[in-house]
Amino acid sequence: MSAPFDNGWRLELLDRMIRIREFEEGVRFLFLEGAMPGTIHQCQGQEATAVGVCVALREDDFITSTFRGHGHAIAKGLSEQELLDELFGASTGCCKGKGGSMHVGNMSKGMVPGIAIVGGGIPLAAGMALAFKMQKSDQVVACFFGDGAVAEGAFHEGVNMAAIWRLPTIFVCENNLYGASTRIDLVMKNSRVADRAAQYGIAGETVDGNDVEAVYAATEVAAARCRAGDGPVLLELLTYRQTGHSRRDPRLYQPEAEKKEWAARDPIEVLSTRLQAEGVADKAEIEEMRARAAKRFAEAVDRARAAPQPSIDDLGTDLFAEEPAP
Amino acid sequence: MKRQGIAEALRDAIAEEMERDLRVFCLGEDIGVPGGWGGAFTVTLGLEKRFPDRVINTPIAELGFFGVATGAAMMGLRPIVDVQYGDFLFLASDQIINNAAKLRYMSGGQIRTPMVMRAPVGATGRGSQHAQNMERYFVGVPGLKVVAPSNAYDAKGLLKAAVRDDNPVMIFEHKLLYGSKGARAEPGAIDATSDIPDGDYVVSLDKAAVIRTGSQVSILGWLLTAHLALQAAKQLASEGLDAEAIDVRALAPLDWPTIEASARKSGRVVIVEEGPKTGGVAAEIAASLCERLPGLRVARVASADVPVPFSPPLENAYRPDVARVVAAARSLCVTGRS
Repeated sequence: MSAPFDNGWRLELLDRMIRIREFEEGVRFLFLEGAMPGTIHQCQGQEATAVGVCVALREDDFITSTFRGHGHAIAKGLSEQELLDELFGASTGCCKGKGGSMHVGNMSKGMVPGIAIVGGGIPLAAGMALAFKMQKSDQVVACFFGDGAVAEGAFHEGVNMAAIWRLPTIFVCENNLYGASTRIDLVMKNSRVADRAAQYGIAGETVDGNDVEAVYAATEVAAARCRAGDGPVLLELLTYRQTGHSRRDPRLYQPEAEKKEWAARDPIEVLSTRLQAEGVADKAEIEEMRARAAKRFAEAVDRARAAPQPSIDDLGTDLFAEEPAP
Repeated sequence: MKRQGIAEALRDAIAEEMERDLRVFCLGEDIGVPGGWGGAFTVTLGLEKRFPDRVINTPIAELGFFGVATGAAMMGLRPIVDVQYGDFLFLASDQIINNAAKLRYMSGGQIRTPMVMRAPVGATGRGSQHAQNMERYFVGVPGLKVVAPSNAYDAKGLLKAAVRDDNPVMIFEHKLLYGSKGARAEPGAIDATSDIPDGDYVVSLDKAAVIRTGSQVSILGWLLTAHLALQAAKQLASEGLDAEAIDVRALAPLDWPTIEASARKSGRVVIVEEGPKTGGVAAEIAASLCERLPGLRVARVASADVPVPFSPPLENAYRPDVARVVAAARSLCVTGRS
């Protein structure tokens, strides 16, 4: 990518967010028409958290993700093709069809397959960072989780250990105000998640999670702290899920006024408007970006529909690292 | 050659593996504390002096540090992580079962989680929550290997094999087998010492051991009950019954060739398990053996379906004993071979 904050770089951020949006909208349609097996948890409205964080990382840094991981994956450099193949259960998917939507990931691109147990990735990320520290590597781990995970014991235990050992972990709370259908203020007396950093004696910050440039800037500072041995950092990114928790959720629990307010702060619109106002891009260029992403998605879908399904013989493979003799 | 108990043999095994491989480290509660205990049963005592950067003491946070161990293993380290009492594994189970054991499979083979998990089990006068045998909860977890040594030689060799294995391996240790001397000696401890060779050796993670050969009935046990199986076989011999005793040792995967060969030979199998009879490891062994060898006669000697009680007479009644094993074997033999 070009240098941070120059025009080309900003357009690339926009492009990546648009690719995520097109992917999610396209996948939603495939599910509604019954073309895909399984279930989905989508991230429309949260593209800036994924892109802002991942672009601030190095290629050899890692992320851990959740059941809502499509955006993280595209942001970290996985291709639409390997994701779609996985969603179709094909053996050419990023996890050979054994993971599915909730467990997309590619270790060679620095993404641990999504941990779909809420909070389950937090101690894992601390452990990965412990390995980096013991190996004297300057890699960092960014650990994505939602506001719901903050209520889990795993959050407390993982963040605390990362804190006492000063591990290079960026704990990224995507606070979208709802754990499934439950609003954050029903389950937290203090719903400012970043406040918890003080209790662990670490740095914490609340950031507008729909402003991709702000997310990038905060993550860059956090990553530098971690590489300098001053980790971990807790970032709270305020954002909003403009789609159901999972495939058939009509979001009746989100008040209309709130939906409208956040729709007006749509992360793609925020950056598009800014880039147009500053004369970096015009409407037509952005439209073209969207059309390119849509075409790229459509082509990937065609290939994914034709991708090979696993053979029944694959049922017992990939269980142990050296498969025991039959 | 030296005579050692299980705690000393495990300590040497850990030290030798840490010496051999810089990726190996220990993670757990109350380890590496100067003036501390070396874990609840002294296994890691003093290791922090030799390996100051690789004996990592944790907060009391079993879920968290089993996750930490899994994450570190994913990134190329080889943690040896322990709980003070096996009962605490319930706290850590999400990380063990959902992450450590599954990540390789659900990632399509991208991930390795080479880690050793140590957990002391067994009823030892501590009431219900520092006492139960946890094997049953982990033998049916795909992706996990489970072993349960009954003596110091096996403990050392199995731990070394576990460290060198690229998969998560759970090692259960029985509190009555650690040793009858020293600070953590248990009343009623059984001698599980072995002659330990000077050189390096491993014990295979998937092999049972025939500890006494016999032809009329096969008695299977592991941990403490391997000792009961052997004692029962000896007593039966004095009564003229020729019993084979097997230390199952590898609980997942089970060593079917050895177990099945013995069952085929004798036609009668007694499986001895400390822990509630319902849903135990013995149930799995019995069911699989009956599928493999129709007509086989099988009996289980296990605990009552209750939590581990405190009062000594109750705890003694809970734990299988030699008399019950002998009675079960005798009963199978009297009713003949079907």
